[in-house]
Amino acid sequence: MDNLIEIRGVRHAYQTGAGPLPVLDGLDISVPKGEFCAVVGPSGCGKSTLTRLVAGLMKPDAGEVWLDGEKVTSPRKTVGMAFQNPVLLEWRSILDNVILPLEIVAPAMPRRDRVARAEALLEMVGLEGFEAKRPSELSGGMRQRASLCRAIVHKPDVLIMDEPFGALDNFTREDLWQTMRDLRAKEPFTAVLITHDLRESVFLGDQVVVLSGRPARTQHILNVDLPQDRTIDVLYTQKAADMLHTLRDQIKIAQGRAPEAA
Amino acid sequence: MESLRRIAVPVAAIAAFLAVWEALVRINGWPNYVMASPSDLPAAYAQFWELFLVGAWQTLWRTVAGLALAVVFGLLLGMIMGFSRVMRDALYPLLVGFNAIPKATLVPVLALLFIGQHDFNTVMMAFLISFFPIAVSVGIGLSTLEPEYRDILRSLGASRFTIFRKIALPKTLPEFFGALKVSVTLAFIGTNLVEIVSPHGRGLGALFLSGQTNSNYPLMFAVLIALAVLGIALYYAVVALERTFAGWAERQAT
Ligand SMILES: Nc1ncnc2c1ncn2[C@@H]1O[C@H](COP(=O)(O)OP(=O)(O)OP(=O)(O)O)[C@@H](O)[C@H]1O
Ligand SMILES: [Mg+2]
Repeated sequence: MDNLIEIRGVRHAYQTGAGPLPVLDGLDISVPKGEFCAVVGPSGCGKSTLTRLVAGLMKPDAGEVWLDGEKVTSPRKTVGMAFQNPVLLEWRSILDNVILPLEIVAPAMPRRDRVARAEALLEMVGLEGFEAKRPSELSGGMRQRASLCRAIVHKPDVLIMDEPFGALDNFTREDLWQTMRDLRAKEPFTAVLITHDLRESVFLGDQVVVLSGRPARTQHILNVDLPQDRTIDVLYTQKAADMLHTLRDQIKIAQGRAPEAA
Repeated sequence: MESLRRIAVPVAAIAAFLAVWEALVRINGWPNYVMASPSDLPAAYAQFWELFLVGAWQTLWRTVAGLALAVVFGLLLGMIMGFSRVMRDALYPLLVGFNAIPKATLVPVLALLFIGQHDFNTVMMAFLISFFPIAVSVGIGLSTLEPEYRDILRSLGASRFTIFRKIALPKTLPEFFGALKVSVTLAFIGTNLVEIVSPHGRGLGALFLSGQTNSNYPLMFAVLIALAVLGIALYYAVVALERTFAGWAERQAT
């Protein structure tokens, strides 16, 4: 199997007080090794649920999730996660926050090597000089950068991000897109990025998966055939505009509204 | 300069308090057996200093022992309630009910259960009166841990214990110390309660009682002041521990 991430016919329902709530209903996603899959969909359709299934934090009611040729049944050390909330630990310095996953994944790794790895990553995202600071001393964008470093410090095969830039202002967000693009060139992960920003999905994604409204299924897959080393300018080309237009129409359909007549 | 101010201000406040007290007694012309004045106290301390040392030590160690028990038991209970919904639902009403009982009623109960075990009874009372805030705060701290905090480590396959040790426990430390500050005063009250109420007691509470029986009012007031000093010392010991272990939670003044 060539695809590092393979999601086949996944269904899932939450048990709630008012009976089962179907959230995912027939989800199919394939992400080849090294590629970047952006997932968009209406609010509450089940995107975060999808990340928890891929991470092995939950088991789907039906269907299968495969990572690197193995069926996911429980959490695995080869996954990294980042959320909208950077969830940094206030009692640790930025450096020690980034090191945290190594303490679990590589307990035998010498402290010196851990520090070197974390420092290299922090430098890559522009946080050199902030290693000893506490999370509360950093801006929101800087915290999110540190959170990204923590998500990839243990060189995961799969990086799962749930709206990591959702709480940032537009300029900071675009800065982080570029940071993400640069990290991708140097680190070997395959990524799933949940987002509600269509421009973000086109700028970072190799493919954009549109989910339908709840219960979500794969409604549309858009292949982003733009060059790998994109700049923000690419979003202002005709090609990108057409893709954004397609995605917008698809979201409208997902929300149950007819696309506007062109 | 700053540290000088931090010492000078409370010292000045205490001096002012003593001056007002002294003035009140003098202006009203209260005799010793109505209200002792601060100037009566040195004589009382000089006369009974050995009893004060022994009593303070007894009060101190029994309070600390009771508090230590409360920490262990409170942490355990808090963990159980924090991690299990069912246990939380089951234990909460019991705990609240127990906490509502006036603890003075427990003195005879304990005294009958463990006749003559004065030290044990006192430690038990300090423990019983002080574990509640710890259990509740740790339980709430753990059960309100945002799922993302758990998921950072759970997604790597970390065990529940590792998640508890690396995330849940440190994250609840500020709440724990907040509760401990309440508990330390409660434990102190519990110890004194038993010392004062039970016959042939020990500690500063018993010294107070003997002052009362012998109508030695300066002694009674001297004990009260000694209790206040001991209470302050215990409280600030907890504050020092908090600074050491949860100092990160203090916001920088900007
Ligand atoms: N643990 C849970 N128990 C019951 N229902 C849940 C649970 N988690 C999520 N849900 C429900 O499942 C649905 C999908 O939730 P999910 O968080 O996956 O959506 P989402 O697409 O990430 O939403 P958003 O865009 O707002 O982040 C929502 O209606 C939510 O209320
Ligand atoms: Mg979500």
